Amino acid sequence: MFGSSRQTADNLWTLIAPPTIWAFHFVICYVVAAVRCAPNTGPFEAILATRWFILAFTLVCLLAIALIFRRSVVEWRGHGSGTVNDEDNPTARERFLEFSTILLAGLSFLAVVFTALPAAFITDCR
Amino acid sequence: MPQGRLRRNGPAAGSPPRHHAPRRSPVLRAFSLAGLLALLSACTGPQSTLTGAGSEAAQVETLFWVMLVGAVLIWVFTIGLSIYATRVHPERHSEKTGTRLILWGGVAFPVVVLTALLVYGLKLMPEFRAEANGPTIAVSGERFWFRVAYGVEGEPGVVKSLPPGGVESANEIWLPVGVRSAILLGSPDVVHSFWVPSIAGKMDMIPGRVNRLVIEPVKEGVYNGVCTEFCGDAHGQMGFRVVVVSPGDYEAYVAAQSQPAAVTSGPGFEAFMENGCDACHAVRGTEADGSVGPDLTHLGSRLTIAAGILDNTPENLVRFISATEHVKQGVEMPAYGMVPNEEIAAIAAWLEQLK
Ligand code: HEC
Ligand SMILES: [Cu+2]
Repeated sequence: MFGSSRQTADNLWTLIAPPTIWAFHFVICYVVAAVRCAPNTGPFEAILATRWFILAFTLVCLLAIALIFRRSVVEWRGHGSGTVNDEDNPTARERFLEFSTILLAGLSFLAVVFTALPAAFITDCR
Repeated sequence: MPQGRLRRNGPAAGSPPRHHAPRRSPVLRAFSLAGLLALLSACTGPQSTLTGAGSEAAQVETLFWVMLVGAVLIWVFTIGLSIYATRVHPERHSEKTGTRLILWGGVAFPVVVLTALLVYGLKLMPEFRAEANGPTIAVSGERFWFRVAYGVEGEPGVVKSLPPGGVESANEIWLPVGVRSAILLGSPDVVHSFWVPSIAGKMDMIPGRVNRLVIEPVKEGVYNGVCTEFCGDAHGQMGFRVVVVSPGDYEAYVAAQSQPAAVTSGPGFEAFMENGCDACHAVRGTEADGSVGPDLTHLGSRLTIAAGILDNTPENLVRFISATEHVKQGVEMPAYGMVPNEEIAAIAAWLEQLK
């Protein structure tokens, strides 16, 4: 139906997957760090375990976003990789969704990196 | 802007003719200049982050100027670009140029700038909370004043109140210059926030939790502090003074504050006890040992009364005691307007003697 038969259909869910991962990543990093530092004692104690967890979780999220990014790039290329959307047919809609997913995945990737950066520089609960 | 080109690409037929903007009147110009000067004059003084009186404030100031200059440059570039695209070259541009502009100007550039700022800020933050090498001072935000205790021993934590003990005072915090003092912040009632813009800040004072702020003043002087979390009617009149002095003077000050009151008898003292002021106020060295309101043992030595809002003069003291609610709306101290004036004057005179 959409050009190459190996392609899968895009929809709202594939579109919002990257920002959803970003949101989960943010909430989980925030909660983990907040719970660790909640007792507010020993401001100079190292919080290595928390930082390792955030690193690992960040890598998982980045990998997921990268896979989504790759999938949408491949499909978008398969649909002629246009950025102008002024047609109203299924292929144009697919292409629009794919291109938007590419942009959102790029944004989410960066945002996840930014969310995790504090854990790279801040070593305790200060 | 090249005039010839403007004419060549001038407005399309049918669009309304362009008018020259009317000249700004000199009066208007004078007003905007005055406004600008007023704004700039607000950038100095005892309550400005731009006085560089603390190591943290100095860092914030650097960051402020860097960001201001950067923002102006970006603004000029963006406005220049829109003038270029609408006036200088209003014709169609190639899609390739557009895409390239978006990629470099809209993606690459902001990513680099934001990453640099984020990393810089993240490296700065722990430095602000480094180990203290000076005194530990407890400051409690109370509606609507600040309780101060010098030389306490304690740690930050939760479900805790500020450590007891120390030399008690109120609404004025003396700090040794060039030393990193630890300030333990707490509150018995609602959330307040502690901020001395010229030196450092700001940090919340939260009931059931003791927070730790490290502050390093680098210039001697008197600065303003404020409560920066809405806490009730008189929130806007809840301030304090910070007096930064040499470490020697600091020691001498705290030693003097630890002494009992200088004058513990006389008509002023008697009127104070008769009117029940001692239910809320302590004057060390007498039987007045209330702890609801500020410790008045050395009231005469303070620069201000009523949490930084009035100069410490006998007239202001009389006004505050007899028309408390009038001077400071929402205050938690009852007014003593029914007490004869002579008595209030005597109390004020006595309090002023308590250096
Ligand atoms: C119900 C408790 C209460 C009583 C009784 C009371 N006060 Fe107060 N007083 C306070 C509180 C609370 C404050 C802090 C007010 C503020 O600044 O918000 C205060 C502030 C003051 C201050 C200013 C202190 C400073 O450091 O700025 C003076 C002076 C003072 N009271 C004198 C008196 C005198 C004199 C009397 C008796 C005539 C009296 N108070 C009775 C509660 C009380
Ligand atoms: Cu307050």
